Order: sequence, then C-alpha cells, then structure tokens
Amino acid sequence: MSATTMLDSAAEFDVRDYLRAEMMPHFLCPGCGHGIALRALLWAVHELAIDKDRLAVVSGIGCAGRLSAYIDASTFHVTHGRPIAYATGLALARPDLHVIVITGDGDCLAIGGNHLIHACRRNLKLTCLMLNNEVYGMTGGQVSPTTSETRVTSTTPLGNSEPHFNACALAAAAGAGFVGREVTHHVPKLKELIKAGLAHPGFAFVEVMTDCTEIFGRKNEMGSSAEMVLRQKSELRPSAYRDTVDMPFAAKDLPTGILARNDRPEYGEAYRRAAVAIKSAADNPAAGRKSRQ
Amino acid sequence: MSAVLKPKSKLIVCDGNEAAAWAVAAARVEMVAVYPITPQSSLVEYLAKFVADGRLAAELVDAEGEHSVLSVLQGACLAGARTYTASCGPGVAFMFEPYVRTPGLRLPIVMGIVTRDLLTPQSVWGGQQDAMSVREAGWIQVYCESVQEVLDTTIMAYKIAEHRDVMLPVNVCHDGNYLSFGAARVELPDQAEVDAFLGEKDVNWHVALDPRRPMAVDPLTGGAVGSGPATFVRYRKGECSAMQNALSVITEVHEEWGRRFGRTHAPLVERYRMQDADYALVTIGSMTGAAKDAVDAARERGEKVGLLKVKTYRPFPVQAVAAALAQVKAAGVVDRSVSFGWNCGPLFQDVIGALYHAPRRVAAMSFIGGLAGADITTGHFDEAIRRVAELAQGAAAGGTVWLNEKD
Repeated sequence: MSATTMLDSAAEFDVRDYLRAEMMPHFLCPGCGHGIALRALLWAVHELAIDKDRLAVVSGIGCAGRLSAYIDASTFHVTHGRPIAYATGLALARPDLHVIVITGDGDCLAIGGNHLIHACRRNLKLTCLMLNNEVYGMTGGQVSPTTSETRVTSTTPLGNSEPHFNACALAAAAGAGFVGREVTHHVPKLKELIKAGLAHPGFAFVEVMTDCTEIFGRKNEMGSSAEMVLRQKSELRPSAYRDTVDMPFAAKDLPTGILARNDRPEYGEAYRRAAVAIKSAADNPAAGRKSRQ
Repeated sequence: MSAVLKPKSKLIVCDGNEAAAWAVAAARVEMVAVYPITPQSSLVEYLAKFVADGRLAAELVDAEGEHSVLSVLQGACLAGARTYTASCGPGVAFMFEPYVRTPGLRLPIVMGIVTRDLLTPQSVWGGQQDAMSVREAGWIQVYCESVQEVLDTTIMAYKIAEHRDVMLPVNVCHDGNYLSFGAARVELPDQAEVDAFLGEKDVNWHVALDPRRPMAVDPLTGGAVGSGPATFVRYRKGECSAMQNALSVITEVHEEWGRRFGRTHAPLVERYRMQDADYALVTIGSMTGAAKDAVDAARERGEKVGLLKVKTYRPFPVQAVAAALAQVKAAGVVDRSVSFGWNCGPLFQDVIGALYHAPRRVAAMSFIGGLAGADITTGHFDEAIRRVAELAQGAAAGGTVWLNEKD
C-alpha cells in the first residue's frame, strides 16, 4: 500500500462513527496504549466495510475488557477470562456475525488460558485481539503471565521470578488458523494485521503489545508513554527482518507481523456440513446403506 | 470491646485488608495463594509485601485464577502447611468447585471474603451476596464489624479451624469498601502471645500427602448399591456434627482471646441494649456501627429498641438468636444480600428459622440494603426502627423493605 492510499483511507475513517459518544470520557489512564489498539481495530473494521449491525464484540474483565462498552456495535462485557467461551457460543449460533473478542493478558492467558487453547484447537471463526501490557492494570498492577522476569509489580515487590508466556507461540502450537503480533507504535501496520486476522476464515489471534505507563511503567522506571512505546518497537523485530537485521532489535527478540497461518478447516463450517450430512443420511437410510456396500 | 493496651502489643493505623495481612503474618501462615480482585487486591499486595519484607515466612503463589488458588491451598494443606487466601464476588463464584470440597476433606484453610456484590449487573462494590451464596457449602463463616475484629478474628480462625472437634475451613468476612479500605487504630498483638495462643499447628493429622504413610486421599466411594451412600452419609454427618461442635469452640476461643489479649469480641451474637427492649434490629457486618448509633438515638427518644449483631453465621447460632429475641415483640432483620425465591434477605430466613425455637411467636420483617456499595445510613436505620415499632404495635404487617430503592 502506498503512502498516499494509506493517508486517503485514514481521512475517510472517522473513529467517532464507531464509538458510543455517551460512554466518553473513557476510563483509560493517560499514556495507555489500549486506545491506540482500539482505534486500529475500528479502522480495520471500517476498511473491511463490516456492517456495525453485524459486528459483535465480546470482552472480559480488566482494562482491555472495558473497551467493548465504547464500541457502537452489539457488545457484551462478560466475566473474567470467559470472553472466548461466550464468543464461541455466539459465533456458532449466529455464523452470519463478525465476532471479535477483546481481552488482556491476564484475562486471556491466566484465568482464561484454557479457553484460548481450545479455541485455537477448534479453529472456529473468531478474531481474538489480546492487548498485552504485561500486568493486571485495573486491579492496581499485579503480576500477570506475560510479566517479564525480574519486573516489579505489586505482588512481586522483589521482581517477578516466574517465566512468562510467549502468547503467539502458544496460540500457534495449539493450532490457531492465524497468529500475529504488533506494537502500538506502528498503527497502520497494526490495522493491516487486524484486517488480515478479521479476513481469515478461522480462529485469528492477534497480540498487541501496549504500554501500561501509569502503573507498570512507573513501578519499573520505564519513563514516559513515548519511551515505553519506542522501547517496545526496538525490542520486537518484524519477522521479515529475522535473518537480515540484527540491530536495534535485541532485548526480547519477539517477532512481529503475521507469525503463523494455516488452512485447517474452520470448525463452524465443518460442523454445519457434518450436521447436513448426518441429517440427509437419516432422511435417506437406504442411500446410506447402499453407499457403504 | 475494651481498650486496655497489653504491654508488648503495638498500635498501628491500618485498613481491614492490611489488618487481615497482619493477622496472617502473626499466625505464621506458610502457604498463601492469591488472585487479585477488587476490593480484595490490596490485601494480597500487603501479603506480597510482607513476604518480601521477611515479615511473613510463607510461599506466595500468584495463581492463574481463584479456582487454582484454592486447589493450590488444598495441596499445601494436605502436605501439612498452614494456609491462607482471600477473595470476593465473582472470585468466590469461580472457586466454587474446590470450595465445596474443602469441608469434606476437613482441611482447616482460612479464607477471607472481602464481601462484594455478585453479578449481574456488573458491580465491583460491596454487598454480602458472595458469602451468602456459599453459606450452605460447609465452611464456617464469621462476619466482622470493625478493623480490629478483622485482625483478631483472622488469628482466632486458625485456632477454631484446627481444633480437633472442628477441622473445618473458615471464612472471615469483612465488608468490601467499608472495612477493606476504612482505616482505624488497631492494636497489633505481641507475636509471642499469638504463638502461645495458637499453639502448634495441626492441619493434616487426619489426611496427609506424606510418603511415610501413604494413603489414597478421597478416592471414589463405592457404587450406589454398595457401600458408597453409607460412606457418604458418614462423612456428611461428620461435617454436620463438626459444625455444631464449632459453636462451643468458637465461644471458647473468643473467651481465651479476651483473657490473653484483654480485648473481647462477642463470639456468636452480640446483644446491644437488648435488656427491656420491646423490639430489635438484627444486623451483620460493618453496618452494625451505624445501626447502634440509630438505636442510641432512638433510646434517647425513649423508644425501647435493642440490637442483635450476628457474628457467627455458619454454624448459625440458633439457640443464641432465639434466646436473645425471645422477649421482643418484633424484629427487623437487615441484610446486604437477597434470597431469591423467598423475596427477603438470607439472614432474615435464618432468624425466623431460629425463632421457631422461641417460646412465643415474634413478628419479623426483612430489610434489604447496602447492595452494590450503597450506604445504609443512620437515616435508613431510623426508618427501619420506625417500621419495626409499628410491627411490634400490630400497626403494620411484616414483609420486605428495600432500603436504598429511592436514594
């Protein structure tokens, strides 16, 4: 995509068309990256021309979980860790809807980790946007399964001693049809990644690295929001650069971009096809017997 | 509550969540598993801080959810550790599976419930629906009125839970937002005194994961036509009689606490200005302070009203409640939760159940207030007293009154 078309599409997109004005002001802290991720998601929805009346957004508990309430679509704020499970029921019952899950690292990988791996295994068409800020922000900054080792949180005052998850590797290993990661520094790239996830005909897992400046950043002396975002940018390298560019990508060496993609059968479609086949065999037992002979 | 400071104790200012953490340190708990949830979060942060400071020599597990939290503690308790956690609201709901299993295993786990209203609508504010919803699960439940009572009761809970006539888990409930974040002057008891009070821990003499004495813990009981139901009944009856034993153990432990620390708390129920009372309020938890103020004001107006605070809710002190209310004409029971299907509060149900044992019929009515963080003010209690007075005079019918409906 050329720079000109990118600017043109940005001009057409007005985020206010997709937000509930009555829910403003939002509750996010100054400097939080979640708003950038929300904007990128809505921009992707806009560019794919997804009808808001056919858009269902399910979110769990936490700072990320609050975002669904801001979106002018059918939204459901569910219990902690469960948005993927709720969305599974919703997507199977209404295959005509675009179902998006917004979740955080605690919601998706700690208390709801079980649902993530089974959604990846089933490969039901859902788009799961996981905002990873390395911490439980809303309850005041406790350790999460993605908190880097040695980081200080309110429940790890001497530094975290547990290893953290690589969420994308987990999703890919569990069989997700589409897996990608991006930082909030690259907004158009993030939008494109979410678009690719939304267009994928299976379970799409998109991890967005966001910054929790007020709580996580402050406790770990990570500087301003801009400094945190730049650090994320320099610590995560685009997967396409892997063998050609060494610097400045070093510290975390987590790749960004589309990281896994497969064409495994989509579960909902396969389920409905099997249901039709079973019904037609039941309606026509003679044909079934004949074909087996 | 008397306020004579023991020589070696220390005065601190803290809120209920910090007081619970101080109690956990004083009880020399060895294994803590936590998952943060509003309004409990600062409690687990204090525990983490105390572990980091060396004040609490415990393993602290930042578990991946409340279901894991209580499962971790069951493993630790079976291995012989003194254990603690705290949760509330949806967190208690999520731990329901290991929660219902703990009493049957007879594990003396102590768990704070920083009471919070349950979904839905989504609310992170105080209310007692979480603890009330699990009142039939076999845990001992005690409700605190003040920050000092949170600290003292959490320590006493270990002595009650580990008593050989009891061996049941204990919930120490303190009201979210009110006691969790309300700071007060608190007396921190001397460590040697607490050690002497609690004695040696006694958590897994009956059931242990111990290579020196291998045992199959909780295998499937026999089939329905075999020994299964009889085994099951034996366990259930054992839990029920342990619950009844707990009534006297709770009383003894509170009496010993008073003797050792010079500070007494009513163990089962507290009678407040009940002598010569014609009618009474029945309260539970932190609302009791405002209710006592309202009772004092009514007494100054010459109204013969008293108050009964329920501290121990499970086992329910049936005889103590019946005896305390036997002489009044009417009682108004104030709940911070509801009982669906009865259209009243759950404490109200328990109180009218206990009044079956009273020598004569006592009229009663249910007040529901303080849901989702709403205040139950002295004004609300004035109104409740007025209505109960009418009930006592036969000038009004009972029923259920929603206190905050039109605030």
